[in-house]
Amino acid sequence: MDPLALTLIELGAVVFCLGLLARLAERIGMSPIPLYLVGGLFFGAGGFMEFKGIQEFAHISGEIGVILLLLMLGLEYTATELVTGLRRSWQAGVLDFILNFLPGAGLAIFLGWGLVGAMVMGGVTYISSSGIAAKVITDLGRVGNRETPTILSILVFEDLAMALYLPILTAILAGVSFLGGLQTVGISLAVVTVVLMVALRHGHRVSKAVHSENSEVFLLNLLGAALLVAGLASALQVSAAVGAFMLGIAISGVTAHNATRILEPLRDLFAAIFFVAFGLNTDPSSIPPVIGWALALALLTAVTKMLTGYWAAKRVGIAVPGRFRAGATLIARGEFSIVIAGLAVASGAVLPELAALATAYVLIMAILGPLAAKYIEPLVRVWRRPAKPQPAAVA
Amino acid sequence: MNVDETDLPGLGRRKDFMTASGRRIGVVEYREGQSELIVSTWDDPDTCQASIPLTADEAATLGNLLGGQHLAMQLSEAHREIPGIVTRQFSIASGSPFENQPMGKACIRTRSGVSIVAIMREGEVVPSPGPDVVLHRGDLLVAVGTQEGLDTAADILRNG
Repeated sequence: MDPLALTLIELGAVVFCLGLLARLAERIGMSPIPLYLVGGLFFGAGGFMEFKGIQEFAHISGEIGVILLLLMLGLEYTATELVTGLRRSWQAGVLDFILNFLPGAGLAIFLGWGLVGAMVMGGVTYISSSGIAAKVITDLGRVGNRETPTILSILVFEDLAMALYLPILTAILAGVSFLGGLQTVGISLAVVTVVLMVALRHGHRVSKAVHSENSEVFLLNLLGAALLVAGLASALQVSAAVGAFMLGIAISGVTAHNATRILEPLRDLFAAIFFVAFGLNTDPSSIPPVIGWALALALLTAVTKMLTGYWAAKRVGIAVPGRFRAGATLIARGEFSIVIAGLAVASGAVLPELAALATAYVLIMAILGPLAAKYIEPLVRVWRRPAKPQPAAVA
Repeated sequence: MNVDETDLPGLGRRKDFMTASGRRIGVVEYREGQSELIVSTWDDPDTCQASIPLTADEAATLGNLLGGQHLAMQLSEAHREIPGIVTRQFSIASGSPFENQPMGKACIRTRSGVSIVAIMREGEVVPSPGPDVVLHRGDLLVAVGTQEGLDTAADILRNG
């Protein structure tokens, strides 16, 4: 068959299947990310049927997907929110990092994957899925709850931490020396600071530069700017994704709101392809040997996230049920864990088992997270009932 | 009254306060412009029993209803000395013949003897409105008069 025809047919089949999976996810009320990963496993190397024609396209699209994911994450927050969030929740943020980075890193070292593997797995288990958490909070009608600002500021802290972590990871994966690594960290710290300052003072100018009333012009401006900044950041070894994230932060106000609306469909498409591309490169037969480790890691890091949320909520004077809700909402891991694992796999600096473990781990956590957030409330109520008798009904 | 304002990064802003009965009540203002009325459960002030999305119209009407009740109570208090005088509130529903018309067109005082002493609009009070004040949907008229006069006025506002 003509290679173009084959590529189109394969791509069409994959995207169509993603549509079906997304609908299934919506029907049963779960995040579509684990289903996309399974879809990728299904069609990839060693899967049910192997699609070779779309590998290249999936690779580039996946990269664009990551850039769009981070760009939209940056758009979601204003520089002011980031700075106040950082000030308000840095203690909880640091505890979150220690409690949740160490299990992943420890397991990687135990399995003999070295420091590079530890750095990657630590990141995978550290970062909660802000996408899943935000959806859980909205779907369960908890936006007005008192623990919600605490959860959101921990997520904000994690996202800012990504802006430092990703460049370091990129440098380590590229195998640069200690000094080179320090240089990268220096550059990224400087870039993050400068962007935050610019965004705080001159955000409206950046917004003005990309803004247009014409949605076509606006879309092309935005996408062009995002890819340019991402490419430049990548050339500076600061990680393309972080460049896009910083651009997102610099854009503010109405422009940010419009940008979110206009980019959403693109993000959905490319991010879905990114998850599939990750699954494509993972051999399904490599998952069963690591599933036990993935389960253990999932249980351990569910508990550590729970502790983080519990402690952070307790600090601001929230009652016991709210503390548990805060912890449970943070359990979900998703898109960014895969972004981190994807970077590692693409660099070729880690073993394929790491990709398998990360896939299995995210599959479990993306499903477990929302369930935990939903059922923690009745569980806590049942557990606390004997201590607190029901008051008589008011006649 | 102490209203707490809290940022919800990425979503918007929450404004709420604790009522004397121990329940938290307030509003979440989303960045996109919608607002939600939130009410906490009785046993856990941290959680929400209900979060009700409100359109701008609905929010203004609710504000008027609550504010109007307060104003009407003050007026009733003032008129208690005069037997036979009652205070009542009328809201301008969509489809009222006087929607977007000056109030004088309804000739309420001439036809029923009822005085409109105030209009509650979007949480604000228009005191002693004149005949040229244009009525809008969601407005709440605070009327003073006899029981029969108020019935007539209600009929006028509903059916013209």
